[in-house]
Amino acid sequence: MSGLLPSPLLALRGIGKSFLGVRVLDGVDLQVRPGEVHAVVGENGAGKSTLMKVVAGVHQPDEGTVEFAGAPRTFRSPREARQAGIGIVYQELTLLPERTVAENVCLGREPLRRGLVDRRAMLSHTAELLASIGEGSIPPDTRVGRLGVAQQQVVEIVKALALDARLLIMDEPTAALADHEVDQLYALVRRLQEQGIGVLYVSHRLKEVFDLSTRITVLKDGRAVATLDTADTSADQLVRHMVGRELSSYYPGRAKPQELGPVRLTVRGAGNRKLRGIDLRLRAGEVLGVGGLQGSGRSALARALFGAAPFSTGEVTVDRAPVRLRSPRAAIRAGIAYVSEDRKGEGIVAEQSVLDNALLAVRAVRAVGPGRAGRGARTARVRELLAAVELRAAGEDQEVRFLSGGNQQKVVLARWLALAPRILLFDEPTRGIDVGAKSAIHDLVRRLARDGAAVLMVSSELPELLGMSDRIIVMRDGRIAGELPAGASEEDVVALAVGTAREAAG
Amino acid sequence: MRIARPPQLLKVRSGGLTPIIVILAVLLVLLTARQPDFLSPPSLMSFLGRSAPVVLLAAGQYFVIVSGELDLSVGSLVTAQVVIAARLIDGDPSAGWPVVVLLLAFGIAVGLVNGLVTTLLRVPSFITTLGMFLILVGAVYLWSDGAPKGSLSEEFRRLGRSAFEDVPALGRIPYALVVLLAVAAAALVLTRSDFGRTLVAVGGNPRTAELSGVRVWRAKTMAFVLSGLAATLAAVLIGGYSGVSFQAGAGLEFGAITAAVLGGVALGGGRGSVVGAMLGALTLETLFTLMNFYGVSGALEPTVQGAIILLAVAAASFRVPSR
Amino acid sequence: MSGALSLPARRTPPGVFVALVLTLAIGWIVVTVDGGRLFSVPTTVSLLHVAAGLGLVAVGQTLVVIGGSLDLSVAYVVSLSTLVAAETMAGDDGALLPAIGLTLAVSAAIGLVNGLLVTTARINPFIATVGVGLLLKGYLDNGYDGPAGKTAPALVQSLGYQRVGPVPLSFLLLLAVAAAAWFVLARTRFGHHLFAVGGDPEVARLSGVRGSRVLVTAHVLCALCAGLAGVYLASRLGAGAPRVGTEGLYDLESIAAVVLGGTALAGGRGGVVGTVGGVLLLASIDAIFNQLEVDVFFKQVIRGVIIIAAVAVYARRAMRKAS
Repeated sequence: MSGLLPSPLLALRGIGKSFLGVRVLDGVDLQVRPGEVHAVVGENGAGKSTLMKVVAGVHQPDEGTVEFAGAPRTFRSPREARQAGIGIVYQELTLLPERTVAENVCLGREPLRRGLVDRRAMLSHTAELLASIGEGSIPPDTRVGRLGVAQQQVVEIVKALALDARLLIMDEPTAALADHEVDQLYALVRRLQEQGIGVLYVSHRLKEVFDLSTRITVLKDGRAVATLDTADTSADQLVRHMVGRELSSYYPGRAKPQELGPVRLTVRGAGNRKLRGIDLRLRAGEVLGVGGLQGSGRSALARALFGAAPFSTGEVTVDRAPVRLRSPRAAIRAGIAYVSEDRKGEGIVAEQSVLDNALLAVRAVRAVGPGRAGRGARTARVRELLAAVELRAAGEDQEVRFLSGGNQQKVVLARWLALAPRILLFDEPTRGIDVGAKSAIHDLVRRLARDGAAVLMVSSELPELLGMSDRIIVMRDGRIAGELPAGASEEDVVALAVGTAREAAG
Repeated sequence: MRIARPPQLLKVRSGGLTPIIVILAVLLVLLTARQPDFLSPPSLMSFLGRSAPVVLLAAGQYFVIVSGELDLSVGSLVTAQVVIAARLIDGDPSAGWPVVVLLLAFGIAVGLVNGLVTTLLRVPSFITTLGMFLILVGAVYLWSDGAPKGSLSEEFRRLGRSAFEDVPALGRIPYALVVLLAVAAAALVLTRSDFGRTLVAVGGNPRTAELSGVRVWRAKTMAFVLSGLAATLAAVLIGGYSGVSFQAGAGLEFGAITAAVLGGVALGGGRGSVVGAMLGALTLETLFTLMNFYGVSGALEPTVQGAIILLAVAAASFRVPSR
Repeated sequence: MSGALSLPARRTPPGVFVALVLTLAIGWIVVTVDGGRLFSVPTTVSLLHVAAGLGLVAVGQTLVVIGGSLDLSVAYVVSLSTLVAAETMAGDDGALLPAIGLTLAVSAAIGLVNGLLVTTARINPFIATVGVGLLLKGYLDNGYDGPAGKTAPALVQSLGYQRVGPVPLSFLLLLAVAAAAWFVLARTRFGHHLFAVGGDPEVARLSGVRGSRVLVTAHVLCALCAGLAGVYLASRLGAGAPRVGTEGLYDLESIAAVVLGGTALAGGRGGVVGTVGGVLLLASIDAIFNQLEVDVFFKQVIRGVIIIAAVAVYARRAMRKAS
């Protein structure tokens, strides 16, 4: 390569994007040169996926310009971006398992011959593409559903390349891959690079980022805070860029030693399809934080404990008695409550009233605890709880869908408190909730612990995790990667989550 | 919780009863303009008595629809029950009450099968209940060799055709209307019970319901059983009013569904009231009476029902985005 | 963690053909023991005639089901088509082609309405097509009490009764239509896109497929097939028959044939070859029952059970796959 830098293939200038008033991207600048692997890193919710979708034409930016191959472009649909030469490999596979490799690769632009789909051309074109990236062993006429995940990932990449893509976006391409499959992917990305294709590579895994990329852009809270040359950057430096944030928000105090009660929950050697070898103990009065990357098993842990995706092996005890958490109902009867991360899909009944939502669990499992009380007393108690969580609503007959996220969460909480649970599982309790309501929810969580409940709280927001937890476990690849005491730093959590801690050791 | 509750009677919510009451009122005004004595007690009482079976079916269908399913077997169940009753009673006046009990048991059984096949075997409810439709119609024809056998006793038919006579001010009050009011009261109590509220949650968001400890399969099955019971009562009234026929229940399932939709019950579940469904049935009957007065053929009723369903659902899909 | 998740090959669904052979074998034994003949020429001819009518509808149904939709208005489209065809022909061979053209145009228009209701108005396919079906039912009930029109004699002699050996011309028509549908699915962009839309609408969209257009086309083709079935039935009956579609249960039976043939009710998987197998299976069961002189009403009960069972088996398979 000559001394001159090649002109950028893709140039983003001042990209901004908001959803429902929440600013997800804010003035992002980013350039990708031909033949460059440009990594984009950042915490969950930093805006990586949204940025990729803007480039791929799925979302349109509210402000800023996208320049591709030297000309300003506005992509109104994925179709337009593809036609311009931008391929995208999504985080979730976008393949049809019932269709063949060739049919998937050519979907939307099947080669025609006299107006009909030219199957032979389709197969040979796909075979060529597969061979060109060294994956000639995948037969183009096999159904995608019969391939392993790694091979499906290859098909996904070939699909993205099929339209003579000059820029390839890869969003967490290794999320579903085993180690040796990751090596194959590396080789593939390098071959693409040699062909002069620019790659925009999104990943949580720092190892990959260092192995593959030429430059790294760090996103934080929707801004591009740094663009670094990979060769001149260390892992520690990168992590500092990713996390370094003022702990400005207020968090309620942690549990004092005398507030910790007896062990409420124990799990020994438990596992299922997403979890392996889970051992943990949870004490009354304690908030146990669960950190980890998306897909690391942190949500799966909460769902297993609630019987929504039960453990298939291992033993669980609640208050020393062995329990079988086969279904949510069984878990509820054992005194466990669960606040899902998907509030709309699993937390609320949007078109029912505040009161109906808050009464749902008591009505469903009448035999438990104070639910046994007469109807009048029960309703009165739920009204008290709605007051206790400081719900702001036009009235108890208001439909829950008209409430803010924070108030919806308070209704869900009141529903569980009506059963006086001994163990509370929270998955992202403050996701999508505005700042003011956030600290109200945090206060409530702490208050419940002080009143003797054992709390397990999954969170992808590091400040929340660090600010709230008395103890933190970090999940990686379906296992508990390590445990941290209160007062741990963001770097500690990230290191355990991405696996740099292990590499330092071994 | 902040802010005092507004008085219950004054609230106007989307999906509330206001639209159906307005439509009913307009239709009644049109009807009275054409037929001034329609609202006089004798005529009104007889109208209400005649409409009772459809209103009962609409109430039964409400429970199924609000739980997120559909029951297309009710028409055939009505036919089956009428034919069974005739054959079992066979003119024997003393057989009346035991047969009614038997019919209720049969209605419960049909509802149970519908519910369990839909929930446990995961067959979409429209297929389950259409299959049940075929089975019931085939079975009653088979059982009676192609023509209804036996006859209903006068005692049995009293419920559907007789009335309390000489009631002050109102004149004649059909027994059917009394049955209807009793069922309406029971349905209202039921919708306000734990079961009723939970059922709405099941239809509104089955995941949330399941994760809150609701046994979704059980709630839905109960809804089908209620629909089966409502169909049985409707059959007793229809048998009494119009006698035995293989056409006794023909097309009633779509009448009931149209009534529920017209009364603001959302297809797909989670929204609506049983009172709305019943008012919807009355409105539909009023509309058909009006059409009749204007000389429109009764054969066009399905077209009206189809148009109402399409309009109501299209309107709802624009009101509540992305369901 | 790769490789282990691959699924068994299910490219052409052989299950239905195995079931077909087994059914015919067992049926043959039972019929022979009973003293009848299953594979006589008259039996075979009538079996293939039954298959032709149902098959035409089912092939069209396959297309919409693959696209993740559904058409329950086909029974009424069939009835309407017999009337449009027979009344336009009015017994005149000269009007044959214009009549068929008009019939297909009317059918296509209904399919277009169905498609637009499902895509543009975003109404659930079941409700949309039932609503359209009710509109048509009202029109038919209102306008016709019995057979009307007269099919052109040329059509009766050819499509209605002509045979090549034991194979009726109509069955050859079915094979031609099925082959055309197979070709469309395998060799046109529309076909490829239809599988994508049914398999995962979002994936299709991200791949640049215009889903609405594809689905509307599928609905038009489905209605065209039903229209063709109507033309065929008019040729058999010699006149238009306002209730032939509903009495023949073309809506439910076509869905049953599609599901038996291995097409996923959720869309994205399947094909017409399996559907033809499903149609032959249903027609064979029918023929065997006829030979055994099984009561028509008992046959109907069995039809209901088969439909529910077929979908229940499919649902189990889908459940296993999901877990």
